[in-house]
Amino acid sequence: MKYLYEFRESEKVKLIIKSIEKICKSKWTIMEVCGSQTHSILSAGIDELLPSNITLVHGPGCPVCVTPREVIDKAIALSKMKGTIVFTYGDMLRVPGSRESLFRAKADGAKVKMVYSPFEALEFAKANPDKKVVFFGIGFETTAPCNATVILKARGLNLKNFFVLIAQFRVPPALEAILNDPFNKVQGFLAPGHVCTVMGIEEYLPISEKYNVPIVVTGFESFDISQGILILVSMLERKEKGVKIQYKRSCKPEGNLRAKEVINKVFKIGDLKWRGIGVIKNGGWVLKEEFLDMDANNLLKNYSEEIEEKKEGCIAALILQGKKKPFDCLLFGKECTPLNPLGAPMVSSEGACAAYYKYKR
Amino acid sequence: MRKIELAHGAGGILMREFIEKEIKERFKNEELSKLLDSAILENKSKRIAFTTDSYVVSPIFFPGGNIGELAVNGTVNDLVAVGAFPEFISLSLIIEEGFSFEDLEKILDSIKYASEKARVKVVTGDTKVIEKGKGDGIFINTSGIGFIPDDVDFGYHRIEEKDKLIINGPIGLHGFSILVARENINVEGNLKSDTAPLIDLWKALYENGIEVHFMRDPTRGGVQGVLNEIAKESGYDIILFEENLPITDEVRGLSEILGIDPLLMANEGKMIFFVKESDAEKALKILREYELGKESKIIGEVYKKGGSLKLLTSLKVVRILDMPYADPLPRIC
Repeated sequence: MKYLYEFRESEKVKLIIKSIEKICKSKWTIMEVCGSQTHSILSAGIDELLPSNITLVHGPGCPVCVTPREVIDKAIALSKMKGTIVFTYGDMLRVPGSRESLFRAKADGAKVKMVYSPFEALEFAKANPDKKVVFFGIGFETTAPCNATVILKARGLNLKNFFVLIAQFRVPPALEAILNDPFNKVQGFLAPGHVCTVMGIEEYLPISEKYNVPIVVTGFESFDISQGILILVSMLERKEKGVKIQYKRSCKPEGNLRAKEVINKVFKIGDLKWRGIGVIKNGGWVLKEEFLDMDANNLLKNYSEEIEEKKEGCIAALILQGKKKPFDCLLFGKECTPLNPLGAPMVSSEGACAAYYKYKR
Repeated sequence: MRKIELAHGAGGILMREFIEKEIKERFKNEELSKLLDSAILENKSKRIAFTTDSYVVSPIFFPGGNIGELAVNGTVNDLVAVGAFPEFISLSLIIEEGFSFEDLEKILDSIKYASEKARVKVVTGDTKVIEKGKGDGIFINTSGIGFIPDDVDFGYHRIEEKDKLIINGPIGLHGFSILVARENINVEGNLKSDTAPLIDLWKALYENGIEVHFMRDPTRGGVQGVLNEIAKESGYDIILFEENLPITDEVRGLSEILGIDPLLMANEGKMIFFVKESDAEKALKILREYELGKESKIIGEVYKKGGSLKLLTSLKVVRILDMPYADPLPRIC
């Protein structure tokens, strides 16, 4: 398994952690942005090996967690409509909306199908012209090229029965939201390697400049993460800002030009609500005018939106912004568990609370 | 193409013919041939192990086997897991009207093959045909009877500190094979279900006097699910060593792509043996002499009083391994 095992070799990781210990003189708070990185850190136990003056806080980079309840409610409403089938990614199924999850709705007869690729939904739409097919596509910049491609393909085929329900988030505005907060504690970021593989580092340069924070684009294996931390700590110690790439085997400074081109054909930047955080200005991508006829919202004519209820005591927003950690929450592991999540970060296995529940109780 | 009709389960000529030709002929043995309402069996020990399991796997045919083999091996392994030597099984078929005869024959041949391999006799059975649309092709139920030698003492009460956990080969093969087949995931490689009867492995350990304190086949819930249960029931902490977990490249690759831990995936030809520390090396040597045990490994040990399952990561950090809450779902990124 090339490109996998060699990035998990424990001896190499231990050497890097020794180097971190050597160069780390002050106290630093670092945020890993992506949920997969959080998962990796806790699963390997990297957080327990780091010197105590480094605090890792966990970012908002779990797309399943930040997809608002009302969007899930809409997906459920669509799946219950006659002649309509909703296709979506596996881990979206268990996420609760206001009243239930897609899984629960499926048990009651709603038409929900799990896919690995949106093209499965497209194929189904082609083969079943009498059915309305809705692809519930969510994600960060990583899923955007694929979601955009399937929309272009459907347009090319002139399919009239293919619709999309999109919640497409952008990472850089979320980082700005965190940095703009007067109570922000984060001093440096491990930026998400796969998001930057698509988008490059261009959007991160002005953030680093404006807020005077170092950013290191980092991969997902224990070697990547420890090396990312080493680079970031050495930048912090030298009071250096700027964007560096640890995940060079995947991420180029300019990103993936073809992927960006496809995204720009279909989406434009827009404001978007994040579960647990609220509306972030320019926080996502929305469909361009010429694709609005494929928006599944059009099918929801008599649908009235429910207002998201607030659960008292849940500190999801603070966790997603790195101000608190899951153990700081009084509900953690008691009223709030992966089976009965009250806040966004407990919702998906990639969320910070779910990762703490899974690995650290 | 010949198809199963409602009449094949209706008690008339067609059913009689089916049972004579497809069942009695195929599984020929003294107990079955009498076609009595119950099979009459001879008891061979004081303690009898008795188990039942229903098989509803979808798809019915998957890489490495089919529902028929699974229905024999699963029940055989459940008997083995309590230290019994399986002897007899029952076979109940619930077939959907319109099911292909050809597929049914393939499944019955697999049942014959698997039962011969496991040295168990199909001694009784039942066939029902349900209306089209009311089933998923075919469901199978098998029950099994095995005999436990008097000198075998198994159970949670036997588990003790420092017991070594041995598994007879790589994990997650069945679960991932089914997932790939069911969801039409296009992957290349040599991924196959591990469905197999484990009677010979147990027999070898027993005959060589290895002190086995507990056994469990990590089927649904995977290694992580069943060991969580054992930790809780026995009141001991169990610790797994990440570096020792046998995982094939195919399973590792899929696990990375789909975000599903092999520890959570079902196995159908694996047994976890809790062996007394001083016997562990000898047990490994014995197991490795068998095809089904040649990749046997010590994957963990019973640690101390507690009741939870833990993992020693390759970075030598101990973390918990939680009880899974349902079937694992592939993640988005």
